[in-house]
Amino acid sequence: MAPAIEVRDLVKRYRKGKVNAVDGISFEVEPGEFFALLGPNGAGKTTTISILTTTLSPTSGSVRIAGHDIVREASMVRRHVGIIFQNPSLDMNLTGEENIRFHAVLYGLYPYRPLFRLMPAAYRLQVRELAEMVALGADVFKPVRRLSGGMQRKLEIIRGLMHHPRILFLDEPTRGLDVASRRTLWQYIEELRREHELTICLTTHQLDEAEDADRVCILDHGHVVAIGSPRDVKAQLVHERLIIDAADRDALRRRLRQMHLSFTEDRHFDISLDRLTAYEVVHGIGQPLTMLRTESASLEDAYLRILASSDA
Amino acid sequence: MHELNVVIALAGRDLLKFFRDPGRMIAAGIFPFVTIFLLGGTLQLNLGKAAGFNFIGFTFTGFLGMTLFQSTAQGLTSLMDDRQNDFAQEMFVSPISRYSIVIGKILGETLVAVMQVVPMVVFAAILRVPLTATALALLVPVALLSCFMGGAFGLLLLNTMSDSRASNQVFNFVFLPQYFLAGLISPINNLPWYLEVLSLASPMRYVIDLARGVVFAGSRDYGRVVLLNPVTNVAVLALMLGVFLIVGTTLFVRRETNR
Repeated sequence: MAPAIEVRDLVKRYRKGKVNAVDGISFEVEPGEFFALLGPNGAGKTTTISILTTTLSPTSGSVRIAGHDIVREASMVRRHVGIIFQNPSLDMNLTGEENIRFHAVLYGLYPYRPLFRLMPAAYRLQVRELAEMVALGADVFKPVRRLSGGMQRKLEIIRGLMHHPRILFLDEPTRGLDVASRRTLWQYIEELRREHELTICLTTHQLDEAEDADRVCILDHGHVVAIGSPRDVKAQLVHERLIIDAADRDALRRRLRQMHLSFTEDRHFDISLDRLTAYEVVHGIGQPLTMLRTESASLEDAYLRILASSDA
Repeated sequence: MHELNVVIALAGRDLLKFFRDPGRMIAAGIFPFVTIFLLGGTLQLNLGKAAGFNFIGFTFTGFLGMTLFQSTAQGLTSLMDDRQNDFAQEMFVSPISRYSIVIGKILGETLVAVMQVVPMVVFAAILRVPLTATALALLVPVALLSCFMGGAFGLLLLNTMSDSRASNQVFNFVFLPQYFLAGLISPINNLPWYLEVLSLASPMRYVIDLARGVVFAGSRDYGRVVLLNPVTNVAVLALMLGVFLIVGTTLFVRRETNR
């Protein structure tokens, strides 16, 4: 099966730009994969996603989405993708249903009728089902501006799924949402992904949101500086640590040295797990411990370290 | 069929938004009072006798043409503002032709502009501007032509703008001089040659003069108020419309493709 997204040597230089905003990046995303594009401001994330969604043309390189070339087959690409924009793309003066109706017409799903009751029965049923799915109910007929931020985001997502896209682009989807709304939204996206076998391409500043991705791609200054599963990316740069302590600290210190482990000693003994697993270390020490804790690096730790080395 | 559906939907959306916007509705109601009653009435009282024609009818036709032309033009350039916000983002990533976006937007803004001038016509009739049934019937195609002209002109301007701030600057620069060159509130029968050249190049001149040609047809003020035969105005507007629409749409589609 063709990759959902295939990017080859993509370059974008804006008309008045002195450097490439995107500078020869390549990656592939498999169907059904949850792929996260990370990077600081100006890294080239939004430029990349704009090219992938056909709103910006590349300077050179090639991009295929669901097997279609984004330049020659832009219209086909647009049929296969759903996009949740960074800025809200709902008409605040219209109701939720009217927003969905216009989307459905733009994608050729139904003919346009000025009133909901004049729309085809299949459309009315689909809207009611979608509204129930996100617990909007009759509120879908209220003006969008009266809905909460989280509800508006959900409305954008169900609208974006009306045409059954194969790939869903989420450009900072939780921006401006409170913690509770963020959590509910992600649970909902996860459900959709399972049910619809969607490929998801996410850009975000919230690194914890990318922890669940199948793969992350970190961009900096228009280049790919790391790509892989969050676990691999973390493992490349940040090692897990074991924090231990014992009543007989001298004996413990001697034993750690005998085992040739690299460790630091402050309030407790902090051992880097770059060679042995936590179990192997504890087993090898063979003496009573008063405390035992492992510390895993977060994606954020890895991300910051990658960016620091990239800048250096 | 899909593209036609899209054009109707886009136009319907603009009209729906207008009806849902109380601010714009109220403004459409107040605007004729300020322009025709206050401005036109004051000019009529102070200058009417000297000018030798009905200033209320003169300002009514001036603002009628200006509103139809400018409102549609402004609606088109709002595509620039909307691009980063609002539903317009959706339009640009959906599988529809850029031509459908342009046509749907022009049609939608035309409907909005026509709705905006309805109170103006009612107000003019109340103030006894001589509006015959024939003139009212002829004002419909005149309004449509004026709006399409405004839409095509707005589309052309849209291609010269880089962002919404530029859009405001370009608007002031392009429309303000036309108020004077097109004879919005003051006659332009006598202009020095350099202003006459600028006036002839101003699309708003033909829009306003066409409205005046229709409203003042058969009245004794016709010769003093109307500059060109309505048929000539229609011909010039049709020519300008064709050129602006072809050039504007081509530039817009090219610009969209090469963003």
